Amino acid sequence: MDYFVILLLQIGSAIASLVLLSIGLAVIFGMMRVINLAHGEFLMLGGYAAITAYNHGVNLWLAMMLVAPLTVGIFGAVVERLVIRHLYGRLIDTMLATWGLSLAMIGFVTVVFGNTVSGISAPLGSLSIGAYRTGAYEIFLIGIAALLLVVGWLVLRFTRHGLISRGTMQNPAMAAALGTNPSAVYAATFAVGSALSGLAGGLLAPLSGVVPTIGSAYIAKAFITVISGGAAILSGTAIASTLLGAINTLATFAFTSVLGEVALLVAAVVLLRLLPQGITGRFFRRAL
Amino acid sequence: MSVTPLLQTRGLTMRFGGVVAVDHVDFTLQERELRCVIGPNGAGKSTFFKCLTGQLRPSEGEILFRGEPVAGKGSHAIARMGVGIKTQVPNVFDGLCARDNVWIAAAKVMADRAAERRTDEAMARVGIGAIAHRLVGQLAHGQRQLVELAMVIAPEPDLILLDEPTAGTTDEEVDRLVDLIGELNRSHALVVVEHDMQFIRRIARTVTVFHQGAVLIEGDVAAILTNEQVRDVYLGKQAA
Amino acid sequence: MKAGRLALASNLAVLAAGLAVLFGLPAFAETYLIINSTIFAAFSILALSLALIWGYAGILCFGQAAFFGLGGYTYAVAAINMGETTLPALIAVLLPALFAGLLGYFMFWGRISDVYLGVITLTVSLIFYRFVNQTAGEQWNIGDAPLGGFNGIPSTPILNWPGRPGDQLAPEDIFALSVSLLLVLYLGCKFLLGTRFGRIIVAIRENETRAELLGYDVRLYKLAIFMMGGAMAGLSGLLFANSVFVSPTMFSLPVSGQIIIWIIIGGLGTLIGPVIGCIFMQILTNWLGTLSQVKGFGWIDPNLVLGVLLVIFVLLVPRGLTGLTIDFWSWLKGLASPAPTDTATARERTDP
Repeated sequence: MDYFVILLLQIGSAIASLVLLSIGLAVIFGMMRVINLAHGEFLMLGGYAAITAYNHGVNLWLAMMLVAPLTVGIFGAVVERLVIRHLYGRLIDTMLATWGLSLAMIGFVTVVFGNTVSGISAPLGSLSIGAYRTGAYEIFLIGIAALLLVVGWLVLRFTRHGLISRGTMQNPAMAAALGTNPSAVYAATFAVGSALSGLAGGLLAPLSGVVPTIGSAYIAKAFITVISGGAAILSGTAIASTLLGAINTLATFAFTSVLGEVALLVAAVVLLRLLPQGITGRFFRRAL
Repeated sequence: MSVTPLLQTRGLTMRFGGVVAVDHVDFTLQERELRCVIGPNGAGKSTFFKCLTGQLRPSEGEILFRGEPVAGKGSHAIARMGVGIKTQVPNVFDGLCARDNVWIAAAKVMADRAAERRTDEAMARVGIGAIAHRLVGQLAHGQRQLVELAMVIAPEPDLILLDEPTAGTTDEEVDRLVDLIGELNRSHALVVVEHDMQFIRRIARTVTVFHQGAVLIEGDVAAILTNEQVRDVYLGKQAA
Repeated sequence: MKAGRLALASNLAVLAAGLAVLFGLPAFAETYLIINSTIFAAFSILALSLALIWGYAGILCFGQAAFFGLGGYTYAVAAINMGETTLPALIAVLLPALFAGLLGYFMFWGRISDVYLGVITLTVSLIFYRFVNQTAGEQWNIGDAPLGGFNGIPSTPILNWPGRPGDQLAPEDIFALSVSLLLVLYLGCKFLLGTRFGRIIVAIRENETRAELLGYDVRLYKLAIFMMGGAMAGLSGLLFANSVFVSPTMFSLPVSGQIIIWIIIGGLGTLIGPVIGCIFMQILTNWLGTLSQVKGFGWIDPNLVLGVLLVIFVLLVPRGLTGLTIDFWSWLKGLASPAPTDTATARERTDP
């Protein structure tokens, strides 16, 4: 019984991890059809921001949940104005330019921070469940992931900003004719997506540590989850994360963690073959 | 003895989610027949064509090409049976010159050398010899349509579908088109979708009217163009 | 015709340059440079493989590294087990082609294209990487060959002269082989693109719908060219295995990424561009690597420079170095003779 609970928590943790990793990318891809291949580095930057702030005396929670998203959000806004803005509608070109950006970011961070792994220990200690122990922090992350999805849904569905964003994404010319500034909406959306990535990077830092190249571990999973999820930002991410996270964890429990990763990748390939537009390309099409 | 029609659809239906774009259409075309299809925007004409060419898989119904069922077959298979289409939005090879565009079309059905000759012929018939070496992506809309037309006629398909061939063309080009269609009709069947009623009057014999995905009425051009129902359906936009 | 003569001239120029390198370099270069040049040649073949399938067929494969790695590993495993290298070399080219056939069938018959194709190919190369990376230990031996996990395969047998197992090729010989293969493949691709098959492939890239509406089964064409790309990448892997060594990094994301960068820098839609881009970037990264060791230049990080370069090229130099050269040449010609000819410009654009 305890084993079962632990297994469930592990699955939940894997799903939460995927949600956190992907939500920033999903917002940017789902709303703007921009594939940000520097997404992994945005996460990495969030991690570094959190750890650096913490090492300079800032409270850990503030560092992870305020400093990190703020830093990366501002950075994202700058990147959007300088680079992304010129490439709207050119999907392949944005992929390439953001790939260049990711390399540049890795290089820059390597120069500034060096190649070694920095880390902080996970807060909140551990929890006993029967004969097993598990980190309480992972459970906290499950809560945060769920919270993010719920808040995101509420914002998109019920607020004015959410409505304007959705309208602009669907029909920018019409939105402009009605008085909104599509350019400003794009900039804001990219900034929000970046901030979410920064938040995720900060929150995940205690679990994996940060090193300049950690982005490449993140980007593949995030990319795969978002594309498998399909165009609907929240439900797509949620469903894809659930499916892939569950498969990953179950395969890890059955075999090894590497084969767990392989199982996730294989599942994604099969999923995309069956549903080339992602899950929400076929089901739940009109969901958010 | 009944002759097998070149093309026949029975109960052809195409649904997109809740929208019925093509609604149980029965359509028959004989060999070497010229048919004009008219109807307001959104009436389902282009969707109908897409079902015929295999670009869409119909939700229901049959399509028979010389008695053989083709509904749901891939577009390349249907094309090989002898169907050519000039689409509403030009589908051409923008990065190639006009001559290469037509050559690719001809080369599918004959060897390279013969294809070269057929390319020249097709381009001359359509009148685009002068722009043979221009990049199609840089041509005006009307010229791109003419290139596409040459691509369609080069392989000499038995059934030629033309979706709004006069859009964006000059009066002179329209005249040429009328002659070309007449000439083509001597050995090919044609279905022409058009909005230009003057043009319809010049080339049509039988006209099929689409409305909201279904066939409203079908008959002789003179009768159709003076029909009140047809006029209502067009909301008086086109003076008959 | 003017365009035909231009094409012939450029092919002859490339042949001349290639022969010059082939015979000239070993004359005065030391072994280190010869081995490095062999690696450049191997990578150039890799660049050529993606240049063909992406630039001409429109298939943006994000996982060309998969075939590269497959070629290297297949060669090493087969050579260790068979003791002779001629058959392994053949298998090293055929197996990646076969795998490309399977993957291609999976993707093209499923009508997968664009971004989704990129994701699937990326994922496939990642699967290889992750999987091979953890193959340390005896249970993962294939016959006599250990897969070696993240360390790779320890001693890959060097190619031997066909039929003479003890007689290995010297570095100069492998260099000659690589450069010759590069030349042959380059000219071969050029030839292919001028054939009926090649012209149809380009048409498919331009407008797949129209190609289908004309009766072409685009899936078959894409499959064929994708398999050719896979074979070339596999060959590149086999040459790399002979000059460096076989390790899981051959399957990694940076490798796939680098190939794409070479092509963007060199010029998408040309054959010579990606080869030039590859060599240029290899020299640049090597130089940057040594430069950053120099005092005061520690801030120069190869990734930083590469990244910035890529962003600049995507934004400002979309047609790469070859595009720049063509534009510059046209500008020069424009200065000399003020009346531009439509024919020449159009032909330059369509002539590979």
